[in-house]
Amino acid sequence: MTGLLFLVPIALFLGGVGLAAFLWCVRSGQFDDLDGAAERILIDEDQTEPPRQ
Amino acid sequence: MSCCPDPVKMQGGALEAVVREGELSAATHDLFDGRMEGDFLVPDMKCAACIRTLERGLQNAPGILSARANLTQKRLNVVWQQELTDTGSVGRNIESLGYTVMPFETAALTDEKDPAGQSLLTSLAVAGFAAANVMLLSVSVWAGADHETAQLFHLISGCIAVPAVLFAGRPFFRPAIDALSKGRLNMDVPISLAVILALLFSTFETLSGGDRAYFDAAVTLIFFLLIGRYLDHLMRRRARGAASRLASLAARGGLKIMPDDSVAYIPVSEILAGMRLRVPAGERFPVDSEILYGAASVDRSFVTGESDPVLLQAGAVAEAGTLNLDRPVDVRAHRTAKSSFLADMIRLMASAEESKGAFVSLADRLASIYAPVVHILAFAAFVFWMTVTGGDWYVSLYSAIAVLIITCPCALGLAVPIVHVVAATRLFDDGILMKDGTALERLADVRTAFFDKTGTLTTGSPEVTGMNGDVSRPDIALALSRQSRHPFSGGVEAYLQARPDLNARAKAVVLSGSVEVPGCGVEGRVDGKRYRLGRGAWVQELSGNSAGKAAMDDDVCFGGEGVPCVSFPVSETLRAGAEDTVARVRETGITPAIISGDRPARVERIADRLAVDERHSGLTPAEKLRMISAAEERGEKCLVVGDGLNDSAALAAGSVSMAPGSATDVSRLAADFVFTRESLRAVDLTLKVARTARWLVCENFALALLYNCIAIPAAFFGYVTPLTAAIAMSASSIVVIANSLRLRWLVPGRVSGMAKPPERVVQ
Repeated sequence: MTGLLFLVPIALFLGGVGLAAFLWCVRSGQFDDLDGAAERILIDEDQTEPPRQ
Repeated sequence: MSCCPDPVKMQGGALEAVVREGELSAATHDLFDGRMEGDFLVPDMKCAACIRTLERGLQNAPGILSARANLTQKRLNVVWQQELTDTGSVGRNIESLGYTVMPFETAALTDEKDPAGQSLLTSLAVAGFAAANVMLLSVSVWAGADHETAQLFHLISGCIAVPAVLFAGRPFFRPAIDALSKGRLNMDVPISLAVILALLFSTFETLSGGDRAYFDAAVTLIFFLLIGRYLDHLMRRRARGAASRLASLAARGGLKIMPDDSVAYIPVSEILAGMRLRVPAGERFPVDSEILYGAASVDRSFVTGESDPVLLQAGAVAEAGTLNLDRPVDVRAHRTAKSSFLADMIRLMASAEESKGAFVSLADRLASIYAPVVHILAFAAFVFWMTVTGGDWYVSLYSAIAVLIITCPCALGLAVPIVHVVAATRLFDDGILMKDGTALERLADVRTAFFDKTGTLTTGSPEVTGMNGDVSRPDIALALSRQSRHPFSGGVEAYLQARPDLNARAKAVVLSGSVEVPGCGVEGRVDGKRYRLGRGAWVQELSGNSAGKAAMDDDVCFGGEGVPCVSFPVSETLRAGAEDTVARVRETGITPAIISGDRPARVERIADRLAVDERHSGLTPAEKLRMISAAEERGEKCLVVGDGLNDSAALAAGSVSMAPGSATDVSRLAADFVFTRESLRAVDLTLKVARTARWLVCENFALALLYNCIAIPAAFFGYVTPLTAAIAMSASSIVVIANSLRLRWLVPGRVSGMAKPPERVVQ
């Protein structure tokens, strides 16, 4: 059971990292266009990808 | 085959259509560094190829700095250099790629700068994180962890749950405190009470070594409720403000004619009744005024909804906001701007908008009953156990908290917003934008549907349906019709062109001295004889005979010197799906009616074709509004479908309203639903979705009630453990969500007649 003493903090830390990553994604607009992201993968010639404003 | 529109095919129609630059510019704003940004709605955007066409196409256009398509919202964000291009050419650029374009703001889907939504989403993420972790620990306890391990897990749960709930629960605590300080109860009060009591009780229980901790219930409760709250926020009413948009039609000043016949610009507030003014071509009349001399074609679409130019002669009165199309005229002001027709309209519209805000949604009505009941039950549980156990406050408080938690309206909180979101996405699939979730509730109660005629039931472009009498020289009629750009002559041209031999013969006709007489028609000479195509009385001056009884005064006639007059009955082209829609609306028990600002004869024709009995013609915008208000006061809920400026007040007054995407922006702002596809079947589809949604909401309420009927007695008598509470609450929420998703099955596929989106093709 002593394993819990470090396993639980690790689990919480990883969960916290996930939460922080999610919040960052929301703030930077990555959830704004889910359908578009799915379709954009089909567009070739990435080099002329428009700059994000 | 690609799913994208074909640019070449579109060029004929869409490009010729005047780009509504003024309206598009409503969706743009200045970035104050020489750049402009605009958000446009492109309803036909469907796949990767569309994104590529739009983005690449625009980036190659001169002056455009960046273009970014958002497929989910069918939105196109464009930034351009102000000196190099303007809103109108950006709009034309998009149209030349084969897409129809509208200003995005009226679509009002999501607002990027939406602090309330952002904070709700953050709360939701925190609650979700806490719920997952606490649940993980709780499940271990339920699975058999005991003694010190259980105690440790409860402690960790507490450390996660308390800050998480205090942070994520703010959207509930704040309204609850507000309500309590005003001495009222709302749904947030029992929620806050339950969560806070559960936390306090569980903290006490954990610290004193007990095993009945409710941390998981508290966080999952907040989590589920936040889902509902966030969805509700997405569906919430957007600011309408259509009345202020109407005000932008008012001219800001006028040209006053001085005694020496020079003109001076004065602001509209200084215009007095009796003052002589000059209205240049292309300007709006600043106040209601009488034309002194001269004559001008004006666009009175604001008053009548008809976009055909009207010829106003000396003595006629033009309302403020009317647009002078061709020639400067001198006028005498009738009234000051404050008492003008336009000012009246703005006032009427503002009051109509206000009265509409009074609608109480189904969920709010239910909450007003639900909240007191929950409190009474929890208090009753406390009193009951105090008497039974002879004053054991621990057991009594535990039961009371169990009742509060278990009755907490997770399922109820989700019942309405989930259905609205599913309905909105379903409608969006068919190009219908919903601006307000409660609009679905209001639509389901509608008894009468008022349709505007021009632009709504009809496309507004005239169609010649036949010919009364024999034309001896149809080739001349065709040649003359090509001399004018008037919509009626376009109708004659289209009709005559269908006759195979005529085209070549018309080309051989040598027309000389052809002139267009505004308000009358076109005249030309062939072999020394004069011919006329246009208004009946004017043509008969030449031909002498009457066109016969069958002719109506607005039919197009053709005749000439020695050539008897014949008439072409003109009818308007019905919008696609108009007949079906009216028939289906009637089948569902709703009375269709036509309200139009147009002349009786034209309204009768359309009403007869659609077999609509209730028909009203020649209505001013104020009369339309009065008609709707009167019906609403009788308790008859009205659906108003209209597109013109003259309909905007009626749209705001109706219990629920729809406008086509081609409508003026004031009307689109005033409407609850905007349909972006051509077919009127959108009305019928929206009605169907609204009724299904109401049915599903009722089912959801019934399910939530059923759950409470089982759960409350169990909690009341102390049979609820943290495990059963967690299972019961999650199960009821999931059942409600699953039930709401059925809407997609209940309103399946595409309605026939709506434009079908073609298969997706990967290129």
